[in-house]
Amino acid sequence: MTGWRNWGLWLGALIVGTTLLVGMFAPLLAPHDAFAFNLSNRLVPPFWMEGSKPEHFLGTDQLGRDYLSRLIYGARISMLIGVTTVITSAIIGVTLGVIGGFFGGRIDDVVLFAITARLSIPLILVALAVVSLVGSSLTVVVMTLGLLLWERFAVVARVTTMQVRTLDYVAAAWSAGCSRSHILFREVLPNILSPLAVVATLEMALAILLEAALSFLGLGVPPPLPSWGLMIAEGKEYMFFSPWVIMVPGLSLFVLVFGINLLGDGLRDLLRTGRTA
Amino acid sequence: MLGFLARRLLVAILVCLTVLTFAFALTRLAGDLAISIAGAQATAADVEIIRKAYGLDRPIVEQFFDWVRRAAVGDLGQSYFFKEKVSKLIADRLPITLTLGLVGLTIALTVALPLGIVAALNESRVVDRLVSLVALLGQAMPSFWLGLILMITFGLHLGWLPISGTGTWQHFVMPGIVLAFSAIPALLRLTRSGMIDALASDYIRTARAKGLSRASIILKHAARNAAMPVVSIAAVQLGFMLGGSIVIETVFALHGVGFLAWESISKNDFPTVQGVVLLLAIIYTLLTLIADMFNAVLDPRLRAS
Repeated sequence: MTGWRNWGLWLGALIVGTTLLVGMFAPLLAPHDAFAFNLSNRLVPPFWMEGSKPEHFLGTDQLGRDYLSRLIYGARISMLIGVTTVITSAIIGVTLGVIGGFFGGRIDDVVLFAITARLSIPLILVALAVVSLVGSSLTVVVMTLGLLLWERFAVVARVTTMQVRTLDYVAAAWSAGCSRSHILFREVLPNILSPLAVVATLEMALAILLEAALSFLGLGVPPPLPSWGLMIAEGKEYMFFSPWVIMVPGLSLFVLVFGINLLGDGLRDLLRTGRTA
Repeated sequence: MLGFLARRLLVAILVCLTVLTFAFALTRLAGDLAISIAGAQATAADVEIIRKAYGLDRPIVEQFFDWVRRAAVGDLGQSYFFKEKVSKLIADRLPITLTLGLVGLTIALTVALPLGIVAALNESRVVDRLVSLVALLGQAMPSFWLGLILMITFGLHLGWLPISGTGTWQHFVMPGIVLAFSAIPALLRLTRSGMIDALASDYIRTARAKGLSRASIILKHAARNAAMPVVSIAAVQLGFMLGGSIVIETVFALHGVGFLAWESISKNDFPTVQGVVLLLAIIYTLLTLIADMFNAVLDPRLRAS
């Protein structure tokens, strides 16, 4: 049981860790300038196909830009979007959830209503509309996704806070005369962090997929930035003749999100067995 | 029961009003609508003409109540780009999106229910592991990318299915499969855990003690009980799927509500965008309401809380 799951956890951590490092050190790792185009060198196929060139390991795109370099910079954008969106949405969601779960009553009703209302708003449609109205940039995409993806944090923070609130050590802290903020930040918050870590992986995967979808539809990260979703959109026109132009960034996206989900699943199992033991 | 119903209905109406306000604020807070509509080449005088023509010169509160009053009776205004009533535009295209949603949901249930049951029957064994791997892989698949791969494979290389458009039932097969992918992981996990709980319950033990056959226990008793929560979650999933269909309809040029939303967003046609946001929110709210009712009828404990 644990053997297989741990394998998944480690594989997930490996994928996410590698992508994070690649993103961080993109300028050092990229063999070419990811933005420099060379129209005489367009759509060079990758190494496993005939006609490939040794200096372009994964070929070049429709403007002759080195595909491997763009892929490496794309990792940076995906990780940047994933991490910053999760931080933004975690701050909103955890605050709302903890307040609702801790105080209960009318306050909790308001929090629950906010969650219900947020769930009824069509995510992608509203994100597209906001980006189109405000103008597409990396910051706008991060803010929009961050403001929309908080509900799962709120749901989990609310329920776990409710459970923790009734536990003995919280009662002990109350009777020892601790202040409300002490109990919130020192007793409740540290004890709901592990389920929230699992939510963070789920949301990170979702944010990365959503950014790719927005960029694919032309309302995400603006060109010439090499977002993986944008690379797929730009390659779409050529995909029937050179399918690799959409396979390379698509597969990267798929593997990264799969890795994040493996990590989240592994964490969940680790916590579950930790709790029952 | 009546109290539960009334409370639930009140929340649903409040949610719809909130979304109504949100949809209005969405387009007004982002900037000057008149400038956006007029376009890049417009002079200041053009912008003023447009501001007057669309009633954007009136106080914002007045505009808001006007929008709510009209929306309440189904008048979502006039589309700037299509020069038609938004309600008619949506009504024309809704059947396509609903068809796509139902096709997607049917495919998702056809895959998720049997796989979930098989996984539960083999809990913690290799088959179970493989099924959860399938769920994880499905969850990681970017829908637009899967759509493009299917297009290349089944449209171009095999020539089995049309690549884009709306004409025949074949046009719904690939988008339906892609849409199903987004719902399969959640439905699969729920079926699996529901089935595991059901198999461990007292009534299954009783059924076993009575000497019923394994097939009868699994299908008649356990699966039926495990399917109940799945059906209500399926309703909620359908709501999410309709919202998510914007990407898939755009990829496959399927002229449903999602494609309409996409077109109107790229043409700065705000009344249409607002209308679609509102419609999708109402459909989602209705579906969750139905799911809650369904649960309450099945489980009397819920009504009391």
